[in-house]
Amino acid sequence: MKRYSVFALAREAMRHHMGWERAWASPEPKAHYDVVIVGAGGHGLATAYYLGKNFGITNVAVIEKGWLGGGNTGRNTTIIRSNYLQDPSAAIYDKALKLYENLSQDLNYNVMFSPRGLLMLAQTHHEVRGYLRTVQANALQGVATEWIEPAKVKEIVPIINIDGPRYPVLGALYQRRGGTARHDAVAWGYARACSAMGMHILQKTEVTGVRTEAGKVAGVETSRGYIGCGKLAMIVAGHSGQLAEMAGFRLPIEAVALQALVSEPVKPCMDVVVMANTVHGYMSQSDKGEMVIGGGTDGFNNFTQRGSFHHVEETLRALVETFPMISRLKMLRQWGGIVDMTGDRSPILSKTPVENVFINCGWGTGGFKAIPGSGWAMAELMAKGHSPLAAEFGLNRFREGRFIDESVAAGVAH
Amino acid sequence: MLILECPCCGVRAEESELAPGGEAHLKRFGAGASDEDFEAYMFARKNPKGVHFERWRHAHGCGKWFLAARDTATLEVFGTYPAQTKAPPAELIAAIKAKRPHWEGYE
Repeated sequence: MKRYSVFALAREAMRHHMGWERAWASPEPKAHYDVVIVGAGGHGLATAYYLGKNFGITNVAVIEKGWLGGGNTGRNTTIIRSNYLQDPSAAIYDKALKLYENLSQDLNYNVMFSPRGLLMLAQTHHEVRGYLRTVQANALQGVATEWIEPAKVKEIVPIINIDGPRYPVLGALYQRRGGTARHDAVAWGYARACSAMGMHILQKTEVTGVRTEAGKVAGVETSRGYIGCGKLAMIVAGHSGQLAEMAGFRLPIEAVALQALVSEPVKPCMDVVVMANTVHGYMSQSDKGEMVIGGGTDGFNNFTQRGSFHHVEETLRALVETFPMISRLKMLRQWGGIVDMTGDRSPILSKTPVENVFINCGWGTGGFKAIPGSGWAMAELMAKGHSPLAAEFGLNRFREGRFIDESVAAGVAH
Repeated sequence: MLILECPCCGVRAEESELAPGGEAHLKRFGAGASDEDFEAYMFARKNPKGVHFERWRHAHGCGKWFLAARDTATLEVFGTYPAQTKAPPAELIAAIKAKRPHWEGYE
């Protein structure tokens, strides 16, 4: 694999860009791999990458029903932050944020990580108290966040209206290191690095069954034939329940649709990410100038990757009061993704009732920001059987009542 | 937009008038039940990609709970029925079977 660099760019410029290699290979499946990962989204590819990089396990296949990064990895609003209330969440999300900071260099692929800063607006007194508490918790966790007053919010976000009658801005939780990244590039960068280590990325390959022998996983049936494996990881977000059923266990997961939309491109007007959790709306400006807006989830089980109009209306109605200038913007595109919600709104990184089958799911509405940390912890869990970052996120926490209750802090808006 | 007919008041209510209430016909386990049963009752959900029986409340209407059969993959609604039932009505099951021959059936 040739490295991307300024010299490579100069070299290719001299020969009409005919020498670029494909970023990843599309090999034929082998009969057996040490590790098979189902799901070539960000989390699956990151898991494969850290299995190879940290533990030297490279006889790995990543199997994908559709195309690489075509699920929630390509459908989110690309926000990255780690200002969580509970210690286990802060640990894994902050690990992810730290890995994001050097990810472009690590992968030799520009993921366009932009630590532009992130504001979570407090628009009710309840939120003010909640975020003051989060700031204290973050200080103890070693996550740099601060509480800022409305005047400072206005200084950072000039387009904001801080004294709206219905949703006044009473302050904000500010994480300067938060920001955004190019979501597709994260998946592509990991895929390229995995392929360079000799791993197989098998796109358009649907898993149709899981074969077990004496309580242990033996392999998976796929649309391209049977593939044997030593260890199996299920990292498929919305369809986790279907896959778990093939292996014979059930999950505390429900799939719902979460939607987002972008406006027509406008000149640069907001260089931070702003989240308004009271109204379930969050907004940032993409490098192309589009205002990227995320909304709330549908409350009902849904596998259609589309949203509903009244949620768009609700989100925009509230955001227009806080950002009056967007009232004249036309919305360009709207789309939905299937998010996997657990009982306590925190993810599951765990062993399962079937030996050598591991599961990573339940990221719900906030998976993108966690990709590197999730892959790091999952690789450690699969290679060593235990990971400090993943320890609190086991499946057995539901039976034992050890919930990681982030639904108040991060239930919907991510 | 999702439209469900409330069996209590007969109004064809649209989504924004309704509040979803999750999977219907859960078997309840309380004090004295095993940990496995209680955990399954509290958290494990069928979450099918296809025919799903679920609870809804006509929140901005008559305020009553009712049950609905719906396809989570297509958003097709098969029918609604009163909440005071322990299992889906036989005629609703038959109607779904007619539309979804490969459906494994309820339970």
